[in-house]
Amino acid sequence: MTDPTREAATQDPATPNGAEPVDSVEHAARTPELDQPYRELGLADDEYERIREILGRRPTEAELAMYSVMWSEHCSYKSSKTHLKYFGETTTDEMRAKMLAGIGENAGVVDIGDGWAVTFKVESHNHPSYVEPYQGAATGVGGIVRDIMAMGARPVAVADPLRFGPADAADTRRVLPGVVEGVGGYGNCLGLPNIGGEVVFDESYARNPLVNAMCVGVLKSDELQLAHATGTGNKVILFGARTGLDGIGGVSVLASETFSGDETGSGRKKLPSVQVGDPFTEKVLIECCLELYGSDLVVGVQDLGGAGLSCATSELAAAGDGGMRIDLDTVPLRAEGMNPAEILSSESQERMCAIVRPEDVDSFMAVCRKWDVTATVIGEVTDEEHLRIDWRGECVVDVPPRTVADEGPVYQRPVRRPAEQDLIAADDANTLSRPATAAELRETVLRMAASPNLCSREWVTGQYDHYVRGNTVLAQPSDGGVLRVDEETDRGIAVATDCNARYTRLDPYEGARLALAEAYRNVAVTGSKPVAVTNCLNFGSAEDPGVMWQFQQSVRGLADAAAELGIPVTGGNVSFYNQTGGDPILPTPVAGVLGVIDDVTARIPTGIGAAPGESLLLLGDTREEFGGSEWSRVVHGHLGGTPPRVDLARERLLADVLGIGSRDGLISAAHDLSEGGLAQALVEMSLIGETGARIVLPEEADPFVWLFAESAGRVAVSVPRGAELKFTELCSARGLPCSKIGVVDDESRALEIQGVGDIPLSELREAWEGTLPRLFG
Amino acid sequence: MARVVVDVMPKQEILDPQGQAVANALPRQGFEGISEVRQGKRFELEVDDGVDDDTLARIAENFLANPVIEDWAVRRVES
Repeated sequence: MTDPTREAATQDPATPNGAEPVDSVEHAARTPELDQPYRELGLADDEYERIREILGRRPTEAELAMYSVMWSEHCSYKSSKTHLKYFGETTTDEMRAKMLAGIGENAGVVDIGDGWAVTFKVESHNHPSYVEPYQGAATGVGGIVRDIMAMGARPVAVADPLRFGPADAADTRRVLPGVVEGVGGYGNCLGLPNIGGEVVFDESYARNPLVNAMCVGVLKSDELQLAHATGTGNKVILFGARTGLDGIGGVSVLASETFSGDETGSGRKKLPSVQVGDPFTEKVLIECCLELYGSDLVVGVQDLGGAGLSCATSELAAAGDGGMRIDLDTVPLRAEGMNPAEILSSESQERMCAIVRPEDVDSFMAVCRKWDVTATVIGEVTDEEHLRIDWRGECVVDVPPRTVADEGPVYQRPVRRPAEQDLIAADDANTLSRPATAAELRETVLRMAASPNLCSREWVTGQYDHYVRGNTVLAQPSDGGVLRVDEETDRGIAVATDCNARYTRLDPYEGARLALAEAYRNVAVTGSKPVAVTNCLNFGSAEDPGVMWQFQQSVRGLADAAAELGIPVTGGNVSFYNQTGGDPILPTPVAGVLGVIDDVTARIPTGIGAAPGESLLLLGDTREEFGGSEWSRVVHGHLGGTPPRVDLARERLLADVLGIGSRDGLISAAHDLSEGGLAQALVEMSLIGETGARIVLPEEADPFVWLFAESAGRVAVSVPRGAELKFTELCSARGLPCSKIGVVDDESRALEIQGVGDIPLSELREAWEGTLPRLFG
Repeated sequence: MARVVVDVMPKQEILDPQGQAVANALPRQGFEGISEVRQGKRFELEVDDGVDDDTLARIAENFLANPVIEDWAVRRVES
């Protein structure tokens, strides 16, 4: 295994046999011609030249390590920055009104009322999870949890949108169980309920699974912490786990390049040094941080994630007074003989960095001792506008921190709409052959229910703890997870993440709008009011103009949709280079939506049968829309045509009606219609509620279209006896289409669909629940 | 028949939470002077004489150890 950073340490001709003299700033100035392995560290020729210009000399090994990780795609957003600006440009002051922290902070923070604020964010940990599924997924959870802690919040829930190759592929059988165990292992040990997420299978994710991790945190709105190093003379304290050799170069080498192992022919195997996390250390770190915040002992705080100390020190300094001095000899190490570059780029988990007033250092240390957390003063804030790092008495880093953290390269990558988009759009899914007879329709309902993307996720989510902490109101298989925040007022929040990447493949602009519309709807069907958006944008290579076009269109779609919905995008994450060989993954802009519910006891569940004599109503319009549908995939292996039309004014109206319906007790169950259409929604409402129903579609309806089309902006609701008139009047007064489609039948143990036939719940359950255990059990 | 021992240890550069927990517990139990603990696992295999070293290495690499995060060593011992 070749570790580029270590190579850097031994290539200096003056360092035979590892007896390493220090590549100090002074040494660098004296040896301008020394060859440096910047390309191996992922820097382009012109990037390296720019570093030399900034410094007026060659960088030291340690500086090179810092710049290379901080200027990597993962940390610098160099290919995406120019597009991401659009999020800011489309956010109005009105949308910003409730936002306490937004894009650029560790995570977005939103005021939810009653003095409470909520912070939430999604991050990708895709490549590490392919290499080492358990630890990759586990440290993905650990990393996002620390982002939330860095905002001053208590983490209260996690959720994981996951995507894998075909369900029956051998590599999926290797990756999926490890990822699921890793998510559960870390989250369960931390005592955090997992309340949402997704599991999606698609050919394009073979050998490039997507492991996105979401965390939600809660804080009092005046307890917000920021990542800045202010106040000359304030101390820089590193606390948490010791620093070892884990994950060195992980960010620059792994996350920013196509994972191709030896296949490039370069002979340099990009095997990562993976990280192993320790959730018990993190749990103690959470409690320690919260006590430190509560005692007002922290001026600024930053978690250590990708790029480790390089990132934490340069970002804290860049966001603060601009100067910092660090003494690397004080950093507690786990491995012997680590050089400055290694200490600075180590991605050892469970570490945080705080800025503390000198008079508070003793109290800070006392709190850390109480929690058995190692804490060390490693430096102080200065007014020198320079980040200066010493090691063994010599200065090894002397850089303007903003040039590391904020002023990285920005690329205008070529963007080109691929010509094949027109061919895909012309390949209309509406012309595929359809089930014609009742028996064929019945068979299709069952086949769809058992298909890998629609079947029960219980095998996966059953490995996660949903109810720890005692505030979970709704979790899987509900459309959105709901948590109680205030135990006195019962105010709560809801979260959901979604992306149908097949739609995004057909039309990245409309597909991204559909992703946000679905996440918004999934929050709304719980009875919550959607208030903010985050995202995790997973794409192929940034150097592929077609991929960049998908990216640009998706960003615009998400931003425009958020503006139309009137809710701000508070943060996000970009993951490029998700591809195997030349084939990128489906463009996968995962949208996450946060909602607020005034009274969690009014939340709307998914299963029918809670109240006697319910009627079933379908809200919204059903059209002949099969482009990108699950039916076209399951039955025909087809992906073509155009995705369903999206009407965001309709989504807002739907959310308003669901909110009123929940508040006034007019709705006893609700389920969003998405993949698989009405048929799948009815299957799930019946099975989750363990109650049968009789469905009579409107006379003019084509049963196939009504059952399987994936038109957006639709929700199936059950309405208790006595509330039906009031609810339908509410819909008609507001102009929301509402069709009666049947009744819940407490006596029946079957889903009876007129024109299709009766399907006993036992038969449905076997189809829906059998698939994942058969594949992975 | 021979006895083969396969030792599997977390790689040196990788965090070993179990070993660390043991190391942290030792002073609490009154045992001083131990600065580092790493915890691995040991497999004992009764092996027919026909099984060659290559096969044993394949077993260790692909089945007993997770080579991404663990090192392994195979040795034959007298039985």
